Formats: sequence, structure tokens, C-alpha cells
Amino acid sequence: MEQAKHIAEHYDPEASKIGMWLLIFTELLLFGVLFVIYAVYRYLNHDAFHLAAEELDTFMGAINTVILLLSSMTIAMATTALQKRNKSLTLVLAGITILLGMIFLVNKYVEWGGKFAHGIFPGSEYLTEMLSQGEILFFGLYFVMTGLHVLHLIIGIVLISVTMWKINSGKVHAERASLLENSGLYWHLVDIIWIFLFPLFYLIN
Amino acid sequence: MEKEKPYVVPYRLYSNVLITLLALTFFSVAITLIDLGNISIVVALVIASVKAFLVLKYFMHLKYDKPYFVIMVIFVFSIILVTIVVTFLDYLYR
Repeated sequence: MEQAKHIAEHYDPEASKIGMWLLIFTELLLFGVLFVIYAVYRYLNHDAFHLAAEELDTFMGAINTVILLLSSMTIAMATTALQKRNKSLTLVLAGITILLGMIFLVNKYVEWGGKFAHGIFPGSEYLTEMLSQGEILFFGLYFVMTGLHVLHLIIGIVLISVTMWKINSGKVHAERASLLENSGLYWHLVDIIWIFLFPLFYLIN
Repeated sequence: MEKEKPYVVPYRLYSNVLITLLALTFFSVAITLIDLGNISIVVALVIASVKAFLVLKYFMHLKYDKPYFVIMVIFVFSIILVTIVVTFLDYLYR
């Protein structure tokens, strides 16, 4: 009976990968539509978008870009380490990825906190009374798009944490690396979205 | 049991891709310091696209995957691109 159960256990890495890619496609389309909205409003409110973007700290945005690119490399390397059967290195690399994700969150907290302190947040008195329609749209899109991005980052951190736990307990190993590979794919999606968010919000001069 | 041996990507390749990505990031920040007018958004988006391409090809293993993964990814990005083009055709010529 035990034997039969073991054989019946289903593991199909290619199907899992297709599943993760399909999820990634829906996420890309979700953000894609937000980028369309951004593009149209930027086209219609050219000067206001440039004015509002002055409020954002390019240096902070660049630091966050570097952090995410670095974390993408470490999670990609984690898969290599697992395939080379180096369990401890896999866990260290995945751990660094989570740590970098946390640093990104702290930076975002500081950034958003600074905006809130200046009275810039959705529906704030300062925003609705002192700023133009275009600037309100810019900050609205800024909070929605970076907020949604941060939500995905948090999901990514949870996903990698679960993966690390399963690697540690031996459920994910060189022959069953699918979970780690797919968590990595999700993490890279978060990276790709940021690659486009960064120039659109921080690099308007 | 049919088993496909997955390709093990060397660490070196990943670190090289990272260095390229970081260089592109610094380049895109540096270029905004120069006033290029309306071209700057085009330059910024081209650099971002190159970065996304590198992440998809190497970090997301599309280079080593079966071709249909690549076809699906191209299809999805095409949908987004077509949506942007059609939306702007509407806004520019209505």
C-alpha cells in the first residue's frame, strides 16, 4: 500500500512551470493595463506629471532597483545551487533574496512615510486642494502601481519562505526543484514590473 | 521513467547578467541628467525593455526552455503593445 501510494505521487515540473507562467501572464496584463492608463494620463497632463515627479527621490528609486536586481540574481543562483545539491548554499541564497526584499520594503516605507508627512496620500486635503488635476492623477497612479507592486513583493517573500522551509525539510531537492524554480519565476516577475515602474515614475526630469 | 535533465546554469552567467543590468540602470539614471526633451522617455523605455529582455532570457530561463514558452511570452507582450498603440490611435485621431 505504501509502495502504491508512493508511485501514485504526481510530479510534473513542466506542467507546474506552465501554470506559473500563466499566472505571470495574468499579472503582466494587469500591470499592462495600468501602464496604458499611465501613458494616456501622462500624455494628457504632460507638465503636471513632470512637476509631480520632482517630489520623488531618484536616488531612493535607483537604490531599490539595484536591490531588486541583486535579489533576482540570488534567487536564480539558488536554483543552480539546489541542482548542484548544495542545500546550505541554496538556503543562504534564498535567505539573502528575502532579506533584500525586506530592505526594499523598508525603503518603500520610508518613501511613503515621507510623502504622508508632506500630506501627499490618496484623498488628502493637500492633494485635493493644493495640487492640479494632473498632479493628483500622478500621485494616484504612483500609490496604486507601487502599492500593487509591493503587494506582489510580499507574496513573493511568503512564497520563497515556504520554499525554504520545504528545502530544509527535504521535500524540495535536486530532483524536485520545481517549487524553487517557480518561486524564482514569480520573483523575477516582481523585478520586471519594477524595471518599468522605475523610469516611468522616478526618471522624469 | 523518462527524465529530462534540466540545464544547470553556471553562477558566472548570472553574475555577468547582473553586472549588465546594473550598468544599464546607471546609464538610464545618467541619461536623465542630460535634457533630451521628448526623446528621454523613449530612451528610458528602450533601456527598460532591454533589461526586461535580459531578465526573461537568462534569469527566467527562457533561453533553455522549450520554444512554446517564448512564443507565449511574445504573444502576451504583443497584446500589451497592441493595446497601447490602439489606445493612442484613439486619443490622437478621434
